[in-house]
Parts: sequence; C-alpha cells; structure tokens
Amino acid sequence: MTDEILPEHRPTDQAPKAPVFATKSGMWSRGSGDTSGYGGMQRTLSMPGLTEAPFDDRDADAIHSRALEVVDGFGQFPVLFDRGELTIHVPRERLLEVVQQFRDDPFLRFEVCVSVSGVHYPEQAGAELHSVYHLLSITHNRRVRLEVSCPDDDPHIPSVVGTYPHTDYHEREAWDMFGIIYDGHPGLTRILMPDDWEGHPQRKDYPLGGVDVEYKGASVPAPDNRRSYS
Amino acid sequence: MSQDVFAGPGEKPADRVYFSTGGDWEDIVSEQAERGDETVVVNMGPQHPSTHGVLRLVLEMDGETVTSIRPGIGFLHTGIEKNMEFKTWTQGVAYVTRMDYVAPIFNEAVYCLAVEKLLGITDQIPERANVIRVLMMELNRIASHLVAMGTGGMEIGALTVMTIAFREREMILDFFEDISGLRMNNAFIRPGGVANDLPEGGLDHLRTVIDWLEKHLPEYETFCNVNPIFIGRLKDVGWVDLTGAMMLGMSGPRLRGTGFDWDLRKSQPYCGYETYDFDTVTWEGNDCYAAFRIRIAECWESLKIVKQCLERLEATQGQPVMVEDKKIAWPAQLTVGADGQGNSNEHIKHIMGESMEALIHHFKIVTEGFKVPVGQVYEAIESPKGELGCHLVSDGGTRPYRVHFRDPGFNHLQSVPYLCEGGMMSDVVVAIASLDPVLGGVDR
Repeated sequence: MTDEILPEHRPTDQAPKAPVFATKSGMWSRGSGDTSGYGGMQRTLSMPGLTEAPFDDRDADAIHSRALEVVDGFGQFPVLFDRGELTIHVPRERLLEVVQQFRDDPFLRFEVCVSVSGVHYPEQAGAELHSVYHLLSITHNRRVRLEVSCPDDDPHIPSVVGTYPHTDYHEREAWDMFGIIYDGHPGLTRILMPDDWEGHPQRKDYPLGGVDVEYKGASVPAPDNRRSYS
Repeated sequence: MSQDVFAGPGEKPADRVYFSTGGDWEDIVSEQAERGDETVVVNMGPQHPSTHGVLRLVLEMDGETVTSIRPGIGFLHTGIEKNMEFKTWTQGVAYVTRMDYVAPIFNEAVYCLAVEKLLGITDQIPERANVIRVLMMELNRIASHLVAMGTGGMEIGALTVMTIAFREREMILDFFEDISGLRMNNAFIRPGGVANDLPEGGLDHLRTVIDWLEKHLPEYETFCNVNPIFIGRLKDVGWVDLTGAMMLGMSGPRLRGTGFDWDLRKSQPYCGYETYDFDTVTWEGNDCYAAFRIRIAECWESLKIVKQCLERLEATQGQPVMVEDKKIAWPAQLTVGADGQGNSNEHIKHIMGESMEALIHHFKIVTEGFKVPVGQVYEAIESPKGELGCHLVSDGGTRPYRVHFRDPGFNHLQSVPYLCEGGMMSDVVVAIASLDPVLGGVDR
C-alpha cells in the first residue's frame, strides 16, 4: 500500500491520495449522476483528509512534528487528518518501534491504547485487513489513531501487548472477528466466539445469516440479501 | 483426570491436569482425598448471580486462596456490530442501546455523537436536544451506579442496599418511560438530536424524581460509609494503584479511585458538559471501597447536573430537539395513541392528505435513510463504567461500513487476574463488582 501511494521522491505539487478501498455503482450513487443505476457508472472511494502537515490543528501538528523528530522515516508514513482526527498509517514491520516511541517520548506520551479494532476492506488488494489502534495521551489530553494493514493471505501483525498490556483482549477480539494474527501475543485465542468456531464473523465475506420470512405468500429475504442503497 | 489431553505428540505429559467441567461430587471428593493436595478448580458462572451476568470465571484455588483466575466471556455475544452493517444509520440506535443495558442512554449517545461527527453536524445539534441528552445521561448514570452499588452490596450480603437501590432506579426508569416510551432499550437519542421532546408534565415528573433522589440518596451513605462490616469487606480489596491502572488501561471509578483526576466530561467535553457546574470525584484508596465512595459521590454530582438541566429545559420550552436539516432529521413526532405509540396525527394528516412531496420524503428517509460521507471517526464519552468509545467507518452509504464499540467493561475484565490472584475467593465477587462490567456491553 505504502509503495503505491508514496513513491520515494514524489513531486511536491502532486498531493498523495489515500488508497481506494472500495468502488461503488448502482442506484442513487451520490455524486455519480447515475440515478437509475443503468448508466453503469462507478465511483471509487478513498478516505478523505489532509495528507500533508500543517493541519492547522494544534494537537495534530504537535504530534506530527514531534513524531518526525523521534521516529526514523516518519515522513514516509502516509497520514490523514480528517474531522479533527489524525490517522497515521504505519507499516507493520515498524509498528512495535512506533508504539514504543509514542508511549515513551515525553512529548508524545500516549499512555493508553484505548481500543484496537479490525476493519476488513476486501477490495483493497494487498492490504485487506486493517488493525486500528486508538491511542490516548492523558498527559497532553489528545488522541491519535494508528492504522496498520496486512494482506489477506498473510494476516500477520506484531502484537503491541508488550507496550500496552491492556490490548490483550482487544487483539484477541480482532483475531476472533477478522482473523488477524498478532505475532507475539501471549495467548491469542478466541474471545467472543466459541473455541471451535470456524471462520471470522465480522469479515465482509462472512455472511450475516438469517432466513427468509414468508408472510401471506410473499417472501422477505434475510437482511443481507435484501436490496440495498449504495 | 490425571491423563494429560493437552500434551502434544511426543511431549511429556504434565503430572496433573485440572478441568473445570465438574463431575460427580463423590468422585471429586474421593479423588481429592486420595491426592492430598489442596488445589481445586472452581468454575464460577456463567449462570452465577454474583458475576454480574453471564460471566464465567475459572478459578484455581489453594484452599480459600485464589492462585489463578481467568474470565471467560462471549456468552452474550449477539453480533451487534455485524448486524448494524445491514441497517441504516438511524436503525443502528436500536441495536446499540441493547449493549450495556444498564446504561443504554450512553451507548446511544456515543453512537450518535460519532455519526454526527462523520456527518459534520456536531455544531448544528439544537441546544435543547443537548440538554435533554445530558439530562438522560446523568439520570442514567445515577441508575447505573445504583445497580453497581446495589448488586455489589447484595453480593456481600447487604441485601437491603440492593432492594433500596432498585427502588430508586425504578423512579428513574419510570421517568424514562414517560419521556421515551420505554424503561430500558430506549432508542431515544437519534443522529441529529433526540426522538421526542419532553411530553406534557415531563418537567413536573422530573421534579418529583429529583425530590425523591434527594430524600433517598443519603440512605446509602448512612448504610455503608462507616459500616464496619462493609468497610471490612471492601477496604484494601481488589487493590490497584495508578501505575497498575495505567498498565491495565483503566478508566472510570477505578481510575479515579487511585486519586487520579480524569473524567472525559471535563477533559474532552461533549454535549455542552463544559457549561455545567459539577466536580470530578476522586478518592485515594486504590481499593474497592474507593470505587464505592466515588460512585455514591458521583450520584450527587449527577443530580447537580440534572437540576441545571431542569432550569435549562424550563428556559428552552418549545425549541427544536432535532437538527434542522430535513435530509437527516427523523420526519415525525411520536405520540401515544389509542393503539400504542406511533406517528402523531398531524404528521399523518400532512403526508397523507396535504403534501405528496412530504410523503415521498417520509418514505425515502424511513426506508433508505440518509447517507454519511466517507471517513472514519473515534468518539469517546464518560460512561458510568469508564471510557465508552465508538469507532465508525463509513463508505458514503446509507449503512455503516464498520462499527466498533470499546466497552469499558470489556477492557476492565482483563484486570480480574491482577485484582484477584492471591486474594480470598470471597473477595473475587467484590473485585468484580468494583469493575461493574455489564456483559451485554462486554460481549456485544
């Protein structure tokens, strides 16, 4: 993902774009002009936001400029500033070093990783699975989001339990629900689903399930088979 | 029992393997007597009343001392996050309210705040809607703390605390029923505002609730604060200091019980909390007693906020409770008719008899919903149990792409081994009560 959108020496006038995570078509697609859906028009979706500092936000700029100083090669990490929240995309092989620095550096000092959540983007080739870390700095009263991705056929991300012990359950949940394997986790077992469950329920390719409901001869399909608006 | 089924091929079997599955009592006792060691594996739950819901605890005991404890969760997993990906943004409210069912208003609030942040309409929420949200949240905070204290008291034998706590809570739930139509699972806070304005006589009802709470809240302090048995059971039990709390990612009463002042209502205010006069409660004790004292004191602080809400509600009578944008606002005002709750007669008359466009609009927003621009946000609020967070991802459609809730109870259950190992078995229930996990929220 990083190679594709952030070449080593990119021309400064060409702003980097966040990767496309889905394409959409069909009725009522906002912005496509394709009201009926028969136009077959498609639009691509990527996460919005500013990709270059300064972000005109005191906290985000402070985090970004400090991270540039203390993390090697931080300038190469794609960042997104959107709706007052800073997202930093970290390559998985650098994750442990980055979280350690983010916790221990006195000017960053993110003491708590409040949550780890998985997200599945099946259309984002080579980076289908994302693991999203929400860090909180109580000292500086600010938050930042780290996002790490891994491909579906090699779903390994290093575990941050060594730095943030309280991410134990959160990583187990992301493994349970998305099948992300957190290398180095002390006991990566299922947490919400039964131990012998097959599959990872919150992935997009896992069906919701349910049965059609019949009423007076008509049949209403299960929720995941109903017509939906895009 | 002695055969090691867990040993891998070629691996040396352990001399003794303990199972938590139980068996015939005679066999267990005779085997225990034969073996002569004191280690017993006890399986508490998942249907044990003192584990606050369907929580399973596997304890390894040496006599009365807990040598190892592991929580097992997931028995109440209902796939709320997955289901919400197939419902509109507004319908999602009816799902989230069922997570932490003791504090449903907070689930709704954090979800709606996150949706509003994605929509970029946080500043457009009418003042009266925010006041009603704060009112509902603070009353719910009292109700939730009452359950925590009541069930916590019941578990150590103080049954009266439970009976009076549920009596007070019922007054609050009656008020919720008056406002939203339901005691629990209200689905009252909606993206853009709240479902309904207060009904006629709502403020009078609120005054009776305030009077009732003012009269009865002191009873808990008289019952418990200096009760030697109560103190004996809670003091220095479930010990965690600030360093430990940071390591365990704690928030809420247990974090403030280390004397550390951290409350998201103060530090990262939302819904206009910065304009209310109240104090963060801390207590230096690092134990379950500290958490108890914080809960009882927070009830008073919440009541202080509720009174300020009452004044503001009096001053904002007749103002809107839903965002002005008709593309987001739910189109109808609900009313209770002869056949139950439904759309108000005025609204039905308008869409069925007066305006075809209004009918189309009503149909579109109810069946299709509204679209939320692409992006992701994380929103956090101070629930009675700690930081309740909501991570939302939108792909620009009418349904969420991904919803994740960070429930404080889920995070806090990790600390059970830290709090309980090395202590007595009877202290386990006290320590868990101090964390106040609600399994609906933990398992989602």
